[in-house]
Parts: sequence; C-alpha cells; structure tokens
Amino acid sequence: MKILVCVKQVPGSNNVEVDPVTGVLKRSGIPSKINPYDLYAIETALTLAERFGGTVQTLTMGPPQAKAVILETVCMGASHGTVLTDRKFAGADVLATAYTISQGIRKCGDFDLILCGKQTTDGDTAQVGAEVAEYLALPNVSNVLSIEDCREGKLFLTASLDDRIVTQSVRLPCLISVDGDINTPRLPSYKIRKSLKEEDAVRFLTFADFDDQDPDHYGLTGSATQVERIFPPEKVAQKHTLQGDAAQQADQLYRLLLDKKML
Amino acid sequence: MYSKVTAADIAALQAIVGEQDVLTGEAINPDYAHDELGGVSQMPEVLVRVHSTEEISKIMRLAYARTIPVTVRGSGTGLVGAAVPIHGGILLETTKMNKILRLDEHNLTVTVQPGVLLMELAAFAEEHDFLYPPDPGEKSATIGGNISTNAGGMRAVKYGVTRDYVRSLTVVLPNGEIQTFGAAVAKNSSGYSLKDLIIGSEGTLAIICEAVLKLVPLPKVSVSLLVPFPDMKSAIEAVPHIIRSKVTPTAIEYMSRDTILFSESYLGKRFPDTKNDAYILLTFDGNTQTQVDTDMSVVADLCLQLGALDAYIVDTEERKKSVWSARGAFLEAIKASTTEMDECDVVVPGNQVDTFIKFTHELAAEFQVRIPSFGHAGDGNLHVYICRDALSDADWETTKAAIFDRMYAKSVELGGLVSGEHGIGYAKREFMKRQYGPTPVALMQGIKRVFDEKNILNPGKVCF
Repeated sequence: MKILVCVKQVPGSNNVEVDPVTGVLKRSGIPSKINPYDLYAIETALTLAERFGGTVQTLTMGPPQAKAVILETVCMGASHGTVLTDRKFAGADVLATAYTISQGIRKCGDFDLILCGKQTTDGDTAQVGAEVAEYLALPNVSNVLSIEDCREGKLFLTASLDDRIVTQSVRLPCLISVDGDINTPRLPSYKIRKSLKEEDAVRFLTFADFDDQDPDHYGLTGSATQVERIFPPEKVAQKHTLQGDAAQQADQLYRLLLDKKML
Repeated sequence: MYSKVTAADIAALQAIVGEQDVLTGEAINPDYAHDELGGVSQMPEVLVRVHSTEEISKIMRLAYARTIPVTVRGSGTGLVGAAVPIHGGILLETTKMNKILRLDEHNLTVTVQPGVLLMELAAFAEEHDFLYPPDPGEKSATIGGNISTNAGGMRAVKYGVTRDYVRSLTVVLPNGEIQTFGAAVAKNSSGYSLKDLIIGSEGTLAIICEAVLKLVPLPKVSVSLLVPFPDMKSAIEAVPHIIRSKVTPTAIEYMSRDTILFSESYLGKRFPDTKNDAYILLTFDGNTQTQVDTDMSVVADLCLQLGALDAYIVDTEERKKSVWSARGAFLEAIKASTTEMDECDVVVPGNQVDTFIKFTHELAAEFQVRIPSFGHAGDGNLHVYICRDALSDADWETTKAAIFDRMYAKSVELGGLVSGEHGIGYAKREFMKRQYGPTPVALMQGIKRVFDEKNILNPGKVCF
C-alpha cells in the first residue's frame, strides 16, 4: 500500500498571542513543530504499512523552512517527503490550500491512501482534508477513530459522526482524516536523524512543477475567502460552587460532568 | 504518659479554629488513619484543620500544657507512615494553609504556607518565568510535607533536592513558641543551622508554618530523550558514562518494560514505545536550542556507542506528556497491579545502581515474588516495590521482612542509605537504627529531646 500523509508546520507553543492591532499571529521567536493532530495520521500510516505492507511518504505546504517537519516525519519512519513552496502559494485560504496540495499530490505519484490529521492547531478549520479529496475526486471519511482491516481493495474503519459512531468500508484509493488521540504517536529517532541525507529525504516542488499553470488558482488570488480580522477567543473562567452535604455535592458533580459530556 | 483528648480540649480547639474544622469520631474520614502505604494505621482522637501560624501556636500551647500528642499531616501522600497518629491525640492538618504569600523577584524567592501543593507552586513559578526545581513524582504532596521529608525528585541530578531550595522556615515549637530559622539570604554561616535540622525531620521537631523558597530562572528550552536498551544491565551501566561525559542532564530515570506496561494499563494510555526491555529517560534544559541540542547529541551518541538501540527525541508538549505522564504514574500503576505492596527507597552510590537492581531480581527469583522497580538512575535513589499478589497474611509479613532485611543489608554493603527521599517515618526506623548504630541515633534522640522534651510532637517516629 502506498500511503501519503499531509502535514503542516505550526507554532510550537499552544499559547501563541494574536497582535490585537494587526490581527496577525505573533510567530517571531516562537519555535515551530508538526501540527500535533498530524502525528496521529503519521502513526496510523506507519502502523498500516507495518501491518499490511507498504510505504509512507509525507507532504507539506509552506515556506522552505517547512522542510523541518518533513525531516521529522522521516525520523519517525516515513521514507521521504515533499515541500510545496512558492511565493505564489502565500496567503492561501483553505480552498486555495486544498487546491495547491491536490496539485502537489498529483506530481508525487499515485497513492492508495492519503491521510490527514483532523485539523491544525493554528487554523482549526478542519476543512483542508475533505477539500483535497474533492479536488482529487477521492472518497473521503473524516474523524476516523480506527482502521480495522484492509482487504479486497477496501479499508474497514470506524469513524465518529459526533452523536454516533459508524463502521464502514471505503474503497481505495481514498483520503481519510483521523481523529485526535486515537493512538500514541511514535517518537522521532535520533539514529535516523543522524544518518539521513537531507537531499534524499526532502524534495521541493514549486508552481513551475505543477500541471495547472494559472497563477489565479493559487495563493491570495485563488482564495475564495479573505480574513478580515483575527482575534484571540475570549477566555471565560467560570467558578461553580457545589452546595449541600457530601452525597448531594457528589450527585451535583456527577450531573455537571454528565452535562459537559465528560462522563 | 499522654493525656486523652477531653470535651474541654475539644471546646478549646473549637474556640481556636472554629467548630467546623474540629472533627471527632465518625466525622473523621477513615483515610486519616493512614498514609499512602499500608502497614500502620491509627485514627486520631481529634482532627483539627488549621488556618494560621497563630492557631497552630495556640494549639501547641494547649497540647503542651495537657501533654497531648500532635501529629501534623499535609496531603497524606507519605510512604512511611510518618503522618499516622500512632498515639492518637490531635491530627493537625495544614491543607487549608495553602496560600502563596509573596514572590520576591529581587531575591528570587517565594514565600508559601505549608499546605500549598507542589503542583500549585510549580505552576505559579512557571507563570512568572521561574522554576522551583525540586520535582518529586507526587505532585499533590504539600510543600510542608516535601520539606519534612527533604523530598528529592527527578531533577536532583542537576538541581539538588528540597533542602537546597529552603531559605528560611517559620515554625511553631512544641511549646507553642513561634520562631523563624534561616533568612532570605544566599549565604549563612551563623551558628548551627536550625533550619536544616527541621528539613527532613518529618514533623518531629517543630511545625512548619511558612517557608521562604529559592527559585531559579525558568530554562527556556527543555528536551527529553527516551533511550531504549536491550536489557536493564546495559541501560544502568550506561549511566556512569553519561555522568562522566560532563554534560549534566536535569534528570536520568530508568524504567523497565514491565513497569511501563503497568502504567499503560493503569492510565489506559499507550506509551510511545514498549518494544524494548529497558529504557533510560533523560532531560536536558538550558536557555538556547543549540546548547540543549548539543548536550542531547553528546549523550545520544554516547548511549548508541554503549549499546542503546536508538534515542527517541521528546521535544514537544504532546510528546513530553505522553512520556512523563506515564513516568509520573509508575507508583500508582504498580500499586494497582497488586493486592498490597511495600516499598524500599534506598539510595546507593551512582555506580552501584546496577548491582542493587540485579540483586532485587535475584531476590524476586529466590522468594518467588514480583519486585518491580524504577527510579532516579542519575542520583542512585531507587524505588523498589515488593508486591504481595496472592500471598497469605502470614507469608506476606515473613517474606516482606526477609526481603527488606536483605535489601537494606545490601544497601549498607554498597555504601548506601536507608532512604533517599521518602523518609524514615514509622516504617523504616529499625532499618535506619541498624545501619547508623547507637551513637548517631542517640545524637538524633538528644536533638529531639532539646526541641520537644515532653515528646508530644509526632512521637514514635524517625529515631524513637
């Protein structure tokens, strides 16, 4: 099975501040990392390849320094990866991003399975995976919780539809987005990091490599939406004091946790 | 002999702390009869929850006048029965004295009440860009308890233990007198260090009411390495080489596959790697990524030369959580894997860790019991657990006693000590006395008598 995992480089801290004047994320001086949700997709891909045989490669879109996340996926066990990078891709919204990625995937070859994380920790839209599937005319399943089997050209999997769980089969090739917390991603290997040759591990594709040479389909001009304002979400801290004796408080706490869907 | 707590005493205690914080009889939760480890259990006659130094002072004046024993308790997370009121009397709980009083950014100190939890202090320090380095595994322990046992923890390799971070202590003496020992100063050559006598005295000399603790600037970068080895022998043997490399990791922990699997089943969460029999977990911290990467690479290369199968990089919040949450749950996980257990917290010279671990494996085979262990490979402090599993009451007592005898004798032979960080309390007194012999024990008893001539403060612990 030939598997491709889409990954993204995001700010290394979960507490990135938004400049209240410009609405831009304050990224300077903040280290980057692989989007944590993508790690579950990488682990899923590597486990599938170990179980059913196959190869795993990765792909990202971003500035040239985004190669760091590709190298990290190689340290986790991917064979190699591709960075889609071009100034023409800058400022892309989810639609233009999905289109660019779909163009890039076409140049990377044919895959039986494309895996994405559920969402990113910086954009949080959870739309790119499904849109890439649409552009590539592939069947798509989101919020995948587990993959039970792969046989007869199909994946047998379980996915969450928020209020219910579905078990289904989906024919290959397909694109699936896996839910967060469905496995424990393996750690990057220092041994691989020490031995890898960067030129073998990462390749770069630019606008010039793509089939669609219309610049209006990419970046800011290819975007259907424009960001008007970014602002940090309001932080609400509520204090709720339970009253009554121990049994009454325990009962109230139980109902509270049940209401919040924590039980 | 001690006086029993009377109705008049209860009324006096209620007048001091308020009626709602004086509990007797069935109103006292049975958990107050013991700490986190079995073996010793006794309910207090009265449980008193205190709110201030002045209240503690008044209670001690009453207890001193009436010769009532007083045992201090924090979160009750101790492992040697130190907070068990074996003579009944008053159990004085400090968890309501849980305020962080002052942060002094000029002198790099923080002033806290004894009931502040370690995790609260750690989070507070971090919010202000500081680090409180002592890092015992039990984060819900109180600072008062940490000081009372001179708790160590995982960062001891680089940063030392609780004692190294206590600048001064305000205490109430057994007669009710309030005193401050030490000061918020970096140097002190002024007579005997009474502050240092209180640290590690397990509530037998005075009651800690306020502590001024030293902080350090928060290192900006921290990376861990999880290093798999084919067996425990090669893992442990690598540690002295790491220490000799002159790179100082913050922590060097060892863990076996068995212990990791207990933790997986206890937490219901998979560990990132369980393919190998033994692991060393190291942390490096510093102010630049380059410096930390260099340190990490030196140690990773060294481990690979010494037979490590790889070195996994633990560099993001998510990865640290996946590894360290398992490490933090080892004690509870082993506990959940058996019917009952008892522990040995010996500390041996760093180069004897391997010998001691091997010895515990031999004992496990000889006595046909499970003896899992984990611990601080970098500082020689081991946590070894004897699991009861299906043993009968009688077999458990005899087997446990025989294994403890052998383990403590081995630690003495290797130049070690009875306890690295959990304390002596009630459970380890005989082992300590046996190791130290009469003169050191008599000196300890003499110190106790000077502080507490009526022997009312946590009687029957440590050296008696």
